[in-house]
Amino acid sequence: MLYFSDLLQYSDVFLSGLKTTVELTVLTTILGVVLGTVCATVRQYGNRASQRVVSVYVELIRNTPFIVQLFFIFFGLPAIGMMLSPWEASMIALTINLGAYSTEIIRAGLASISKGQIEAAKVLGLNFRQTLIRVIFTPAFEKIYPALTSQCIIVMLGSAVISQISVQDLTYAANLVQSRNFRAFESYLVTALLYLGLSILLRFAFNALGKRLFAYRTSN
Amino acid sequence: MIEFSNYDILRNLLFATQWTILLSLAAFIGGTTVALALTAMRLTRNPAMQRIVKIYVELFQGTPLLMQMFLCFFGLSMLGYEISAWSAAILSLTFFTSAFLVEIWRGCIDTLPKGQWEASRCLGLSFLQTLRHIILPQAIRVATAPTVGFSVQVIKGTALASVIGFVELTKVGTMLNNATFEPFKVFTLVALIYFLLCYPLSLYSKHLEKKFHVSR
Repeated sequence: MLYFSDLLQYSDVFLSGLKTTVELTVLTTILGVVLGTVCATVRQYGNRASQRVVSVYVELIRNTPFIVQLFFIFFGLPAIGMMLSPWEASMIALTINLGAYSTEIIRAGLASISKGQIEAAKVLGLNFRQTLIRVIFTPAFEKIYPALTSQCIIVMLGSAVISQISVQDLTYAANLVQSRNFRAFESYLVTALLYLGLSILLRFAFNALGKRLFAYRTSN
Repeated sequence: MIEFSNYDILRNLLFATQWTILLSLAAFIGGTTVALALTAMRLTRNPAMQRIVKIYVELFQGTPLLMQMFLCFFGLSMLGYEISAWSAAILSLTFFTSAFLVEIWRGCIDTLPKGQWEASRCLGLSFLQTLRHIILPQAIRVATAPTVGFSVQVIKGTALASVIGFVELTKVGTMLNNATFEPFKVFTLVALIYFLLCYPLSLYSKHLEKKFHVSR
C-alpha cells in the first residue's frame, strides 16, 4: 500500500529543496549560456590556438559523466588548495557542464550565419556592435533556441546528482524524508513528479521568453 | 593499513571499467529493444498507442535518471520486490535509453517525405512491406550517427549506478578516494578512463554524420 499522507508533514522540506534546485538552475542557466556564448564565439571566429583550447574543453566535458566532474571539483580541487563549499562546487560544475554543451549548440547557430550577411551589414553601415547583436547573435540564437533550452532542462534534471555532495536540493529532501519515515517509494515518486512539473514549467517559461526575445519577426 | 601504489589504483579502476562497459552494453541493448517496440507502436497511427508512447517519453525524459534509479532500487524493494543494484540499474537505464532513442528515431523517420508512404500505398505495398523495403533502409542510414552519439550518454549514465551501490568505475573511484585520500589523482584517472571510452564513440558518430551528408 502507498501512504502519501505520511509525506504531508515534510512539505516544507520538499519546498526548501525545490527552492535550492530552482535557484541553482536559474543561476547556472544564465552563467552556462554566457560561458557557452563566449566559447562558441571564440570557437567560430577566434584564432587557431584559442579554437583548440575551446575544443579540448568541450570534448573533455562532453565525454565524461557529470558526477565525476562534480567529484573532481568537490573532492579533487581542495587537494590542490582550492576549498569549495558543496554549493559553490555544484554551481561551478553545473555551469562548466552546461557551458560545454551550449558551446556546441551555439556554435552550430553561428556557423549558420553566412559570411555574406556580415559583409552586407558592413556595406549598409552597421557598426560592430549592431552587426554582432542584430545580424549574428539574434538570428543564430533563434535557430538553436529549442536545442539550447532542452539542454538547460537536461542540466536541471542532472542537478539531482549534487545531493551526493550534500547540497540540500530536491533529491536531498527526498532522501531525508525517506530516511525519516521509510516511505521510499512515495517519497521518490512525489519528488520525480515535482521534477517533471519543474521541467514542464521550465519549457513553458522558455517558450514564453523565446516569443519575447524573437518578437521582431512578427512586430514589423 | 594497506598501501595503494599507483599500479594498484589503476588496476582496480581498470577492473571496475569492465562493469561499466557491461552495464552500458546491457542498458544499450535493453534500451534499443524497448525503443524498437515503442517506435513500432508509434508507427501504427493508432492515437491511443501514440499517446502511450508520448507519455512514456515525457515521463522518462522529464525526470532525473537518478530519481528513476532510486525508484527502481529503493522504491520497488519497499513495495516488496527484492531487486539487486545491478537489476535496478539496468531497468532504469533501459527506460532512460529507450525514451531518448524513440525520440531520436522519430526525428529520423519524420525526415523521410510523407509522399513515400502514400506512393507505396498506391503501388499496393502493405504497411509492413512499406516499412521493410522503403522506410527502414533509409531511416537506419539517417539514424546510425545520432544513435552512436547517444551511446555516449548511456555510458555516462551508468556512472549514476554508483549512487545505488553498484560497483562500477565511479564507485571504485570513490572507494579508492576514501582509502588513499588522493582525490585529485583518483578522479583524474576515473575521468580519463570515461573519456577514453566515450571519445572514440563521439568521433565515430561525427564521422558517420559526415559520411551521410556526403552521400546525400
